[in-house]
Formats: sequence, structure tokens, C-alpha cells
Amino acid sequence: MRGLILSDDQTTDDMEDGPPATAQLPLDAWHRARGARMVPFAGYEMPIQYTGEGGGIVAEHEWTRTSAGLFDVSHMGQVLLSGEGLDEAVEAILPIDLSTLKLGRQRYSLLLDENGGVLDDLMVSRWPGNLYLVVNGATKWDDIGHLREHLPDAITLHHMDEHALLALQGPKAVDALARHATGEYALSDLTFMRFGRFEIAGHVVTIARAGYTGEDGFEISIPAEAAEEIATLLCAEPEVRPIGLGARDSLRLEAGLPLYGHDLSPEISPIEAGLIFGINKRRRSEGGFLGAERVQSEIAKGPAKTRIGLKLDGRMPAREGAKVFAGTEEIGVVTSGGFSPTLGAPIAMAYVDPAHAGEGQTIEIEVRSKRLSATVSPMPFVPHNYYRGS
Amino acid sequence: MPRYFTDEHEWIDVEGETATVGITDYAQEQLGDIVFVELPDVGAMVDKGGEAAVVESVKAASDVYAPITGEVTETNSSLEDEPALVNTSPEEEGWFFRLTISDTGELEGLMDDKGYKTFVDSL
Repeated sequence: MRGLILSDDQTTDDMEDGPPATAQLPLDAWHRARGARMVPFAGYEMPIQYTGEGGGIVAEHEWTRTSAGLFDVSHMGQVLLSGEGLDEAVEAILPIDLSTLKLGRQRYSLLLDENGGVLDDLMVSRWPGNLYLVVNGATKWDDIGHLREHLPDAITLHHMDEHALLALQGPKAVDALARHATGEYALSDLTFMRFGRFEIAGHVVTIARAGYTGEDGFEISIPAEAAEEIATLLCAEPEVRPIGLGARDSLRLEAGLPLYGHDLSPEISPIEAGLIFGINKRRRSEGGFLGAERVQSEIAKGPAKTRIGLKLDGRMPAREGAKVFAGTEEIGVVTSGGFSPTLGAPIAMAYVDPAHAGEGQTIEIEVRSKRLSATVSPMPFVPHNYYRGS
Repeated sequence: MPRYFTDEHEWIDVEGETATVGITDYAQEQLGDIVFVELPDVGAMVDKGGEAAVVESVKAASDVYAPITGEVTETNSSLEDEPALVNTSPEEEGWFFRLTISDTGELEGLMDDKGYKTFVDSL
């Protein structure tokens, strides 16, 4: 049989400006010591899953949905922007409204090219005196190049490559993390999309209540030299197990969250992707960001294609690249597909002609010259469980 | 009953003129949780080295190749409801399909148990 090596083709992105292929992240040895199966991803060796008790994509997925999983996402790019006229300079690039982004808040945004195609999706946080960005691993070198090219000289860009990034995700993440995170206020005071400065084991860390699984959880930016100590500390908590990229992908698919390089690309606009919330209200009418023309036109006239969720009949999954049909007419293509452990059924995301995107419509997906029946379904497939305050 | 192995991690049991095919414990371990197995139709002719079945894990699809040429005579219907049998019992209950042996000469060059173990240890 072939296809035994579980790797990801996202690493084929242009990495010319980056480090050599398959560099090591701060927790490389730590993962291996815990039985991780390492694969090349975004230019790094990363854990796809763990072996032994509690290991395996389905077990790791279910553990995260019911308890708490620790994900090493240190491959992602952490970037700090500062300088005179920062907000104005960033608004010329991103479709974000920084006048409403208060200190301690984080917001989802998009890096667009001149044609309105998505170069990356990212998080923007307002730290005291600067903006902190988290961008995707496979695109970070291109993103940094793009930002440097378009930001004026007065703006300083610092790539925080001396920092690791951990995500602790799941309904019990708050219990486990609260035992270690101390600060001016309690960890439980953070609500979804807020962040604060805390200490863990004497290290200064930044914790945001956010993630990529649909569950309550946290993203923790820590000094790289403290990564092993903090990861070990968190995994010693009874609620916490390390989780690999395989479960990260199945969790985000269930949560209806697009994956860059698959569901998002320079050929896709944010309106087609259903990410209009990433174009803040004032910017929709005012424009003035890269790609605004296409975005505004699609808001007014509607996009040529749209991202939908699909629930498939039967058990056979449809994968990225599978063609979508309405009768004999080809109407689109699957961009992410897999098996949902929570639903016990195959699910997918696809881009289709908006005429066939209505919830409940039945379409067909071609897999190995067979037609699989599927129903257009609302996303998320599994309800989000974010903490927005009591 | 002799059992042979391929370097693509299939096993094949030979009994008279019939052979039973499945994937090895090493293969299922590498694939992880199996959620669906697409089996060939009974009566289909499969060619040595040609695609015969597909194994779907949560993450990816993998092709299973026919270790020898023959006509499919039976498939393991238990896998329709319980594809995880491939994980829990890959080399017994999790078998994939049976086929007639067209040319016993094709068995030459396949590995025996010891040869396959050495092969896996070298990976």
C-alpha cells in the first residue's frame, strides 16, 4: 500500500526566504520523548500524533473535546509592530478597524493582496504601545516580506522567533492553566479574544483566550528556553495530554474554521470564504486597504463562489480536490475533507456556485469515479464552546 | 498455510488456489485510526501491483495494491460496519478480500514472515 507517511503538502509553499527545510522547533526532543510521530510541516519537523496510551488522532481529538489538549504551534509566526503612525500604517494593509481594538483585545484579520486574494489569515492584538500579530507557519516568511514591503520605514517589525507558542484547548483547559498562571488578575477573568500578561513558573508569558479547535482554550506565548519546562508542567496536570497536528486538523474542520493553503489562498477572496467579519464595518464602506476594490464589489454584487459545509452520506470521506456536482453540472471543489470523530461521519468544506449553496441542498461529490451524496450544512459542524463570560 | 508479505505492507495467505489479502500490523499502526475501507467488487479482476482497495484514516486515503493477479471471490463485509477491525485485528479478522490465484509464479519474490520482519526493522 502507499500513502503511509502522514505528512502535509502545505510545506510545498515557497520557503526560499526562510530557514532550510525541516528545521527543529524548541520542543522537538520533548515531542519525541513522548512518542510523537514527527512529519515535515511548514518547514519544521512537527508531531502529527503521539503513540502509546491516549495517542492516535481519534483519541487525541476526543480528549481535546472532553478535557484539555496541549498543542505546540511554535511554527507559527509571532510578529511585533511598533512605531509612529502604527495604526494608520497597518490599516493601509489590513481591513481592520484599529480605532475599536482596545488594549487587551485580539481580533481576526486577513492579509490581502492587491487583487483581494487571501495571502494569510492572522490574529492582531493590541499590546501596550504596539501590535502583536500571529500568522501561519507556512506563510510567515512571505508575510514578513509583504509587511516590510508595504509598511513605512517608521514602523519597526520584530519577528519574535525567540518565542515558542503553545495552545491549551478544551473544556478543562482553564482549570489546568489556572493552577500555574498568576498575574494582576485571575486567568478566569479573561474572556474569548482577550489576552493578558501572566507568569508561569517564574517566566513572563502572554496568554490569549483563543484557539483553533472551537473549544474554550488559550494560546500562550512563552520564551523558547522555557518551552520544555512549561510544556512538562502543563502535561503533568491530569486534564492535559499532548495533541498532534492530525487532531488539530480534524478539530478545526469540525469547528468550521478554514485552513490556510487549503480553504484559503490568493485565488480566494475573504467574501468567497465567508469571512466578512474579518473586514471590519468601517472598512467595508471606506475601503483604503489592499484588495479593497474586489472586496467591496463582492459585498455589493455577491461572490462568484462561496465556502460551504458538507455532511456526506455513508462513511467514505471526500478529500481536498474532489469535484462537486449538481446533477451533471460541475459546481465546485472540496478544499478540506475528512472524518469527523465527534459526528462519526465524513464532513467537508467546499467552494461552490452560490446558486447551490443553500443549507439543506443535496449535491454529489466525485471520489474515485463514484458519486457520494452530501447535504449542504451550516458550520460549525460541532458547536463552538467559547467562554464569553458568565 | 503459507503467508507471504509485500514491501507495500500487504499480507497474503495462500490456501490451495485461493489467497486472502490484508494489510500488516505495521501498516495499520502507521495509518492510525481507520474509518472506512473501500473494497473491490466480487468478480472483479485485479492485477499484481494494481489498485485493489482504499483505506481511509481520519487524515488520509491510502491505496492497497493486489499482491498477485486474480479474480476477487469474496470481500470482508465486517469491515463495512467496523472498519476499526483493521486496527484491532489487522492480520486476522481485518482481512480485506479473497481472490483466485492465476499464476503461482507471482508468489515468488514475496517475503516470508522472517523476511518481512527484517524489512520492517530496516525502515
